Amino acid sequence: MSIKIFEGFKFTKLSTPLHNLDPRAKFLLTIGFFIVTLLFSNFYALLAVLLIQLPLVVIARSTRRWLRSMKGGTFLAVLIFVMNFITGTTFVFSLSMTIRFLALISSFSIFFMTTSPDDLGLALESMKVPYTLCFTFTTAVRLVPTMAIDAQTVVDAQKSRGLELERGNLLKRIRNYVPILIPLIVNAIRRSVELAEALESRAFGSTEKRESLITLKMKTLDYLTIVVTLTFVAVATYVNLYIPLPTLDIPIRMPHIWPWMSYPSWPNV
Amino acid sequence: MIKTEMLHFAYPIGGDVLKGIDLEIGDSEFVAIMGENGAGKTTLIKHFNGLHKPTKGRVTVDDIDTKKRSVASIARDVGLVFQNPDHQLFCETVKEEVAFSLRNFGYDAETIERRTTSILETLDLSQYAESSPFTLSGGERKRVALASVLAWNPKYVVLDEPTIGQDYLQKDRLRNFILQLVSQRKTVIMVTHDVEFVAECKPRVILLSRGEIVADGPARVILSDEALLDKCSLMRPQISSLMSSLRDLGLSQDVIDVYTARACLLEAVKRVK
Repeated sequence: MSIKIFEGFKFTKLSTPLHNLDPRAKFLLTIGFFIVTLLFSNFYALLAVLLIQLPLVVIARSTRRWLRSMKGGTFLAVLIFVMNFITGTTFVFSLSMTIRFLALISSFSIFFMTTSPDDLGLALESMKVPYTLCFTFTTAVRLVPTMAIDAQTVVDAQKSRGLELERGNLLKRIRNYVPILIPLIVNAIRRSVELAEALESRAFGSTEKRESLITLKMKTLDYLTIVVTLTFVAVATYVNLYIPLPTLDIPIRMPHIWPWMSYPSWPNV
Repeated sequence: MIKTEMLHFAYPIGGDVLKGIDLEIGDSEFVAIMGENGAGKTTLIKHFNGLHKPTKGRVTVDDIDTKKRSVASIARDVGLVFQNPDHQLFCETVKEEVAFSLRNFGYDAETIERRTTSILETLDLSQYAESSPFTLSGGERKRVALASVLAWNPKYVVLDEPTIGQDYLQKDRLRNFILQLVSQRKTVIMVTHDVEFVAECKPRVILLSRGEIVADGPARVILSDEALLDKCSLMRPQISSLMSSLRDLGLSQDVIDVYTARACLLEAVKRVK
């Protein structure tokens, strides 16, 4: 466990077209990617969705951090592959699901790397979300790096008491995380109570209507992004419904070794 | 012996936190590491049990490079107590909390029971043995964290800010306890800002500033050097300030504790009479 994983979801102040995009347009783009990723289960389509994100990463000058978040997702990606495979789906389908997962983290990683929590709050407010909710959301995003540092300290403290995370069988290894998770959760709850008290002491929510110093304004590039995203989703939906895509066929699948499981006929993609 | 040679360390983000630390801490030595916030004190002690490995240079514990051993195996010799107890407490009872590390090191049930009971008694925590650590006060939680490390009787005891959140009585007990450890020929290393506490314990003091050692010597000498302390955002002990302001009486200037100060003042009074 390392702080590095969270780097891929942390905002860094840079001035690139992607950073300067209106947060609402960028959010739509991310949601667009989200929808399209979930729409397909075809191997080639998912691979394409993942690959078309690469230019965005390069434009945002965040390749290194993007790679880190991908690396952070490796464990879960492998888990997804293995779980899919041993429950009887084909090799290609398991691989597709893994790529789907990576495409999802990638799109959210791009969004969070290029959108400051402040921008995010403004975007939510301009969408008429109640301020208290916006604030809760931005605070949660803001606390992620702090929690990451906390997590590292907790790991260090427990290691100093002889805890070996990488020891034992799978079950033991999962149990090893109990001494890490409990202090983290307890601290998070403590911190949130303190934060609530501090906010109330500073008259949080004393006025009904808040005004913001900075107001968001859409520019040409933002409108363009929205149009492109909508077209992208529309085309993808059309393709998914009416155009048969080529399929990759590698007839490898796990023998049916779990007698208690009924093996449904999974889509043969 | 803990030894660092040209120790450099940088976190993944940012520049060097430690810039060439050369240090030797012998067996059964009593050392206080002091310095301003962000001087690199905690980063330095995390090298002693291998939590951090140097980016350049080397750290050895009993002549073995920390890069060659796992944290768990070094921890058996080097017990590190973290500053914030909330970063490690997780069990349902205080007793379980103390037993956790002993279990990790594979002690048998009988030894665990014996050591747990004894350390809780020593640190005045017996009455909380069956309580949840989360219901205790800050100072008590800190002592539980301390107990959980001392339980396995490490050769080197490293304490990060042990006096924070302790009232005067507990601080006094802590000091006696530390001195007791020292008299048992254990190596005690503590990181602290608390000049008064250090003045009462009189260990060897290592002053750290911006990742470099700026001074190393007996507490008496270092804690009465105003210019040096200023550099590290520390203030000399009150007694030392008093002696300095009474310089005209010909009082010696390297006094940092009440007892020596009393003797000096009595002598001065006699002379004046």
